[in-house]
Amino acid sequence: MIECRDLKKIYVNGDVETAALKGVTFSIAKGEFVAIIGPSGSGKSTLMHILGALDNPTSGTYFLDGKEVSKFSDDELSELRREKIGFVFQAFNLLPRTTVLRNVMLPLLYSNTTEKEREERARQCLKYAGMEESKFYNLSNQLSGGQMQRVAIARSLINNPSIIFADEPTGNLDTKTSHVVMEAFQELHQKGHTIILITHEPEIANFAERIISVRDGVIESDVKNNSQ
Amino acid sequence: MVAIDILKETFWSLSSNKVRSGLTMLGIVIGIASVITMVSIGQGAQASIATSIQSIGSNLIIVRPGAQRSGGVSGGAGSSASLTMDDASAIKSEIQNVQAVAPEDSKRAQVTAKGTNTNTQIVGTVADYATVRSITMEAGTFITDQAVKSSTKVAVLGSTARDDLFGAGSDPIGQTIRIKNVDFDVIGVTVAKGGSGFTNPDDSIYVPISSAQHFITGDTFISTMSVQASDQSSMVAVQNQISDLLLKRHNITDPLQADFSLMNQADIIATASSITGTFTILLASIAGISLLVGGIGIMNMMLTTVTERTREIGLRKAVGIKKTYINLQFLSEAVALTFLGGFIGVALGWGASMAVTKFASITTQISSSSILLAFGVSAGVGILFGFYPARRAANLSPMEALRYE
Repeated sequence: MIECRDLKKIYVNGDVETAALKGVTFSIAKGEFVAIIGPSGSGKSTLMHILGALDNPTSGTYFLDGKEVSKFSDDELSELRREKIGFVFQAFNLLPRTTVLRNVMLPLLYSNTTEKEREERARQCLKYAGMEESKFYNLSNQLSGGQMQRVAIARSLINNPSIIFADEPTGNLDTKTSHVVMEAFQELHQKGHTIILITHEPEIANFAERIISVRDGVIESDVKNNSQ
Repeated sequence: MVAIDILKETFWSLSSNKVRSGLTMLGIVIGIASVITMVSIGQGAQASIATSIQSIGSNLIIVRPGAQRSGGVSGGAGSSASLTMDDASAIKSEIQNVQAVAPEDSKRAQVTAKGTNTNTQIVGTVADYATVRSITMEAGTFITDQAVKSSTKVAVLGSTARDDLFGAGSDPIGQTIRIKNVDFDVIGVTVAKGGSGFTNPDDSIYVPISSAQHFITGDTFISTMSVQASDQSSMVAVQNQISDLLLKRHNITDPLQADFSLMNQADIIATASSITGTFTILLASIAGISLLVGGIGIMNMMLTTVTERTREIGLRKAVGIKKTYINLQFLSEAVALTFLGGFIGVALGWGASMAVTKFASITTQISSSSILLAFGVSAGVGILFGFYPARRAANLSPMEALRYE
């Protein structure tokens, strides 16, 4: 479902050009759980932004479900993110002082659904992500890190996306909570969701079934994870 | 659907950050309220000057005795005793287009009545005074020519003088007041004219001029003479004729040596309009400065609160909300804040003006133009600076906006 060919991304800052991606080619099939691993500055975040339709590549082609995303406009990218992509961020990025339910319902704003349907779906997704029902009306800033990440996972699921992108989802969590969150991702994977995980921790990458290592803007290795 | 979502989102966003929304609105409230209050006080003062001038009467020429001179030292205008009752009668009988002549002989004195006392202006005058100064009676009658002829000891009280001596709203007719150990019978009370000046018409007691000269001032001169011309167009002619007549009567050949001075209402109006002009400039600058300060306050609040929300905007974009909707939502938030703040500000400014009138006894006048101006500028600034940073953030790529610090 994901197919990219010779993706390049060059950042221009004044006169200085920095090549973050120097030609990346790979494909990911539906239902895969892939970890993209690499040290900071390797280009893995840039790669995720392009795959997540948050940014356009400088050159190369990126097909998602048969559509060439690399040529999309800003609004088309928004549309695509809403329909096909769910994000889980390192910094959780929940709306502060807003209830758990409203946070999860955020991507459904301005869509053709009633408030009731939205809330119904948000409840389902929260339960799916393992959130206790008693916390649904808590404000986001009253939650623990693990709970916030569950809310973020529920939010990423609400549009029933083709792919879930997780950008260092355990970066702000302690080891125990990290494992709980990663197990939640594994469960999603077992239920058939496609998950792309970005991390710099090999231990976290081990939860995935395929590991792509990126270094200096190119793919260093792309292996099946046999420790699973 | 979209419209409802935007309204709901606006409501949630504003209500879940009450402190932020409150502070932003406070800037708008204070900006608008201060402009409205300031302008209402200024316009009230302007209006009260205008009524004060009108309360003097219309088409008036004021004749005052000239300065008293002794060895080159001037005692100031009005200090010499050069005008007499005969001058007044001559003006009335010999000059055309004179409708009324009201000589007065005034002096401040202590007045007692039934154990209370007050210090007030005693105005000795004639029946015409009521016409000239447009005095109307609340009760009883004004001084009559008959009373002047026979030096009757009667008095007409101004409403404030009545309040001071007999209590507010009482009917003192038939009672006696004592001025300089002479008893005067109260025969009337005037309607309050409002307006205040060097001599407040409400805080005065009117007695026949002959009685005043005989019992109170003890002289035979008059301190001022008010001459009312029959219409505006004859004012100049009347003024010149008065001048000629008085020069002739006082045996003065050089008009520069005149022992009296003439002032017509046009002069007073000219002075007043220059005061009004200064007031207008003062008002405009107060309003301008208030608007500027208020506007900068609103701009700061809006810029900081919206810029602070760049990450939130990035998140909204990242989850797939189109930038048009983000723009619309922030526009709607800015409109809601400025309008809500605007209404509270107008109400507060209105209330403050009322409070100033009630507690500080200053006349205030709220004008719709000051409300519109204050509201318009604040709303404009609020909406512009609430919308512009949001638009800028919505144009960033979601990742840039999310990383914004």
